[in-house]
Amino acid sequence: MIGRFSIRGVALSVAAPLLAIVFALTVTSLVLLATGNAPLGAFSTMLAQLEKPRIQVNILNSATTYYLSAIAVAIGFRMKLFNIGVDGQYRLAAMLAAAVGGAIALPPVFHVATIILVAMFVGALWAGIAAVLKVTRGISEVISTIMLNFIATGIVAYLLAPGRLAVEITGSNNIGTKVIPESGRVPGLPIIPGTPNLVFGMIIMAIIVGVGYWFVINRTRFGFDLRATGASETAAVASGVNVKKMIIVTMLLSGAVAGLVGMPQLLGDSYTYGLDFPTGLGFTGIAIALLGRNNPIGIAFGALLWSFLDNTSNSLEFDNVPKQTVLIMQGVIVLSVVIAYELVRRYRIRMVASDVGRQLDAELVTTAAQGGSA
Amino acid sequence: MSDLSTANSPDALIDPQFRKQTNKRLTWLRILWWATGLLAILSVIRAVTGVDNLSSAGTVAAALGLAVPIGMAGLGGLWSERAGVVNIGLEGMLILGTFGAGWAGYQWGPWAGLAAAIAFGALGGLIHAVATVTFAVDQIVVGVAINILAIGITQFLAADWFQGASGGGSTQSPPIAPIGTVTLPGISSVAQTISETDIFFVSDLAGLIAGLTTNVSYITLIAVFAVVATGFILWRTAFGLRLRSCGEAPYAAATLGVPVRTYKYIAVIMSGALAGLGGAYLAIVAAGIYREGQTGGRGYIGLAAMIFGNWRPGGLMAGAALFGYTDALQLRGGEAVHALLLLLAVLLAAYGGYMLYRRRLRGGAISLLIAAGVLSWYLTTTDVPPQFAFIAPYLATLLVLAFATQRLRMPAADGQPYLKGEEH
Repeated sequence: MIGRFSIRGVALSVAAPLLAIVFALTVTSLVLLATGNAPLGAFSTMLAQLEKPRIQVNILNSATTYYLSAIAVAIGFRMKLFNIGVDGQYRLAAMLAAAVGGAIALPPVFHVATIILVAMFVGALWAGIAAVLKVTRGISEVISTIMLNFIATGIVAYLLAPGRLAVEITGSNNIGTKVIPESGRVPGLPIIPGTPNLVFGMIIMAIIVGVGYWFVINRTRFGFDLRATGASETAAVASGVNVKKMIIVTMLLSGAVAGLVGMPQLLGDSYTYGLDFPTGLGFTGIAIALLGRNNPIGIAFGALLWSFLDNTSNSLEFDNVPKQTVLIMQGVIVLSVVIAYELVRRYRIRMVASDVGRQLDAELVTTAAQGGSA
Repeated sequence: MSDLSTANSPDALIDPQFRKQTNKRLTWLRILWWATGLLAILSVIRAVTGVDNLSSAGTVAAALGLAVPIGMAGLGGLWSERAGVVNIGLEGMLILGTFGAGWAGYQWGPWAGLAAAIAFGALGGLIHAVATVTFAVDQIVVGVAINILAIGITQFLAADWFQGASGGGSTQSPPIAPIGTVTLPGISSVAQTISETDIFFVSDLAGLIAGLTTNVSYITLIAVFAVVATGFILWRTAFGLRLRSCGEAPYAAATLGVPVRTYKYIAVIMSGALAGLGGAYLAIVAAGIYREGQTGGRGYIGLAAMIFGNWRPGGLMAGAALFGYTDALQLRGGEAVHALLLLLAVLLAAYGGYMLYRRRLRGGAISLLIAAGVLSWYLTTTDVPPQFAFIAPYLATLLVLAFATQRLRMPAADGQPYLKGEEH
């Protein structure tokens, strides 16, 4: 067996994402060269952006949102449940939570707590539909959550209209839910000096969720059952795990965390769910969960990398390089990282097999030698 | 694998449908009956509501047009999943198709655009095949990654290539020349004339015929041919039998000498090519231009249509037609969608009655109850929010999945990685 902290094991798990990033840089460079752009200049322009405090704040803020989304996806992934529906879950949750937050008046902390709880509840409910369909009718959660994403889009479009949950936002032709009053907002943190921009206070929530995820998955009976079901459902059933219950609870948890995805933006910046509220964060979450291999620390790195690429892409325009270059980079990273992980996984299995084989051979030799001498 | 023992007998791999030729003909007759019945119900509803758009030639033509990209994505999914590879990346391959059509189409004409769309889609399929077949990575993970990659590549290339071209921009290509249409001489104009009269059933049938025979794009014809050809190739040839055996029992197929990986490669590349064809329709026929985000999730809807159609070409066509029809009615405005409610109520009531006749009391009662609810919704309102029509196809897919799971059967080894020499 490979020990948990063997150097070879750690090196292998770090090698896969690093190789994928190098591969992605190579592919992107080739694409840039083929289209007549200078890759090295482009990369150094992006890296130079890291020095600006404003960009640093933006990277942390986007990463907070991405992190929550990726954790929501990872909860399902650990049990081989593909919650493709994080996207619909967070949009519906953020919209309804924003509407509730704008409609009620409560003391500061309670107001924020209510909004967050509503969001988690709605997210869990929407994910729960897919869970119930899977448990009672055997419908693949991949298909049902894709359908539920579209249905959520329709419901949000229906409710986000004047006369229903939306009002016109003054000073623009945008419409959105009623603006959440001061008591329902999460103040920003002045962590980074040199810029008036503040880091989302919800970054603390993201850290709590990350630690909670690590603890539940690795240190509780539930987490053990969850991992066991993901590794081998038949073995889990044989050892007494109620798989149906696990599916329901896992999807509800995943949906509840998905409900949090819109919160940093809602409570820390926009205070309303308008037509311009960010979409597609659920799919970003899938990509980052794959990148970070469902590991809370790995996901943090993945979220920061993704956020760095997103927030520095505009600077490429100074060099007359299309900012969409980063989209290629992101796509290639995700695709190559999943292939790299699979290759490493199989290499490990082969390594273990050959280790075991060698030990067995050695034992055979010794027994044969003993038999010969007797 | 549990079905290995049965798969070892020589004719276990042969689909029962293949042996019972008589049953097949009966099914065609039954389909005709169903179509006639549906059209009759539609005529009644048109007569009751007075919404002529329900079966006008314009609506039928629009529905056909909207069904083509969905159907092609679904057909792509069918090829891939029949060979045992789940393809969530269809959306990305559709996007690649629209881009290929725009890029080649504006420079060298629509036919070059079509060829490029198919080639780009097939390239997406090749990437999917390399990752899922050669490297045996989880198929859904790869599909998601391909969707992200396809968006990235096309948006980058569009920004780089279309920005300077006249009429183009960073998110759209210059216009593509139209590809041309065919109209069935004689029948089309006669049907058109009859459809404008108001004879019960006859004018509805004429509307259907007129819609299907007037100004039909060449790509639509190619798409229809692709559906028929797929049905023939996959269910009537030895090649198709072997391909499907890879999706049902790959290890058993391998013992019979089928090169499983090669077949999976062919199926997945074909899948991408068909999705690319769907993308070509969107760019060349529907829009006359490549535009960012123009697929609008149709790859996923195609997947839904395929499941809706029970992994079969005929059913898939019905699913695509249904989605195309609700989409077309949505474009015709709230009145048509409102009339759709009545249609839904009638169909649900008919289904409920059938269930009661078959002595399935609970299901029948639920259906009738929902029918009554929809009917009262229809009677108490004069308008339906357009979002309802947007949601309808997805809701229908979920309901069909929820209530017809016993009748749906996906390929047995669908979604499982095939690792040569590691059967278990």
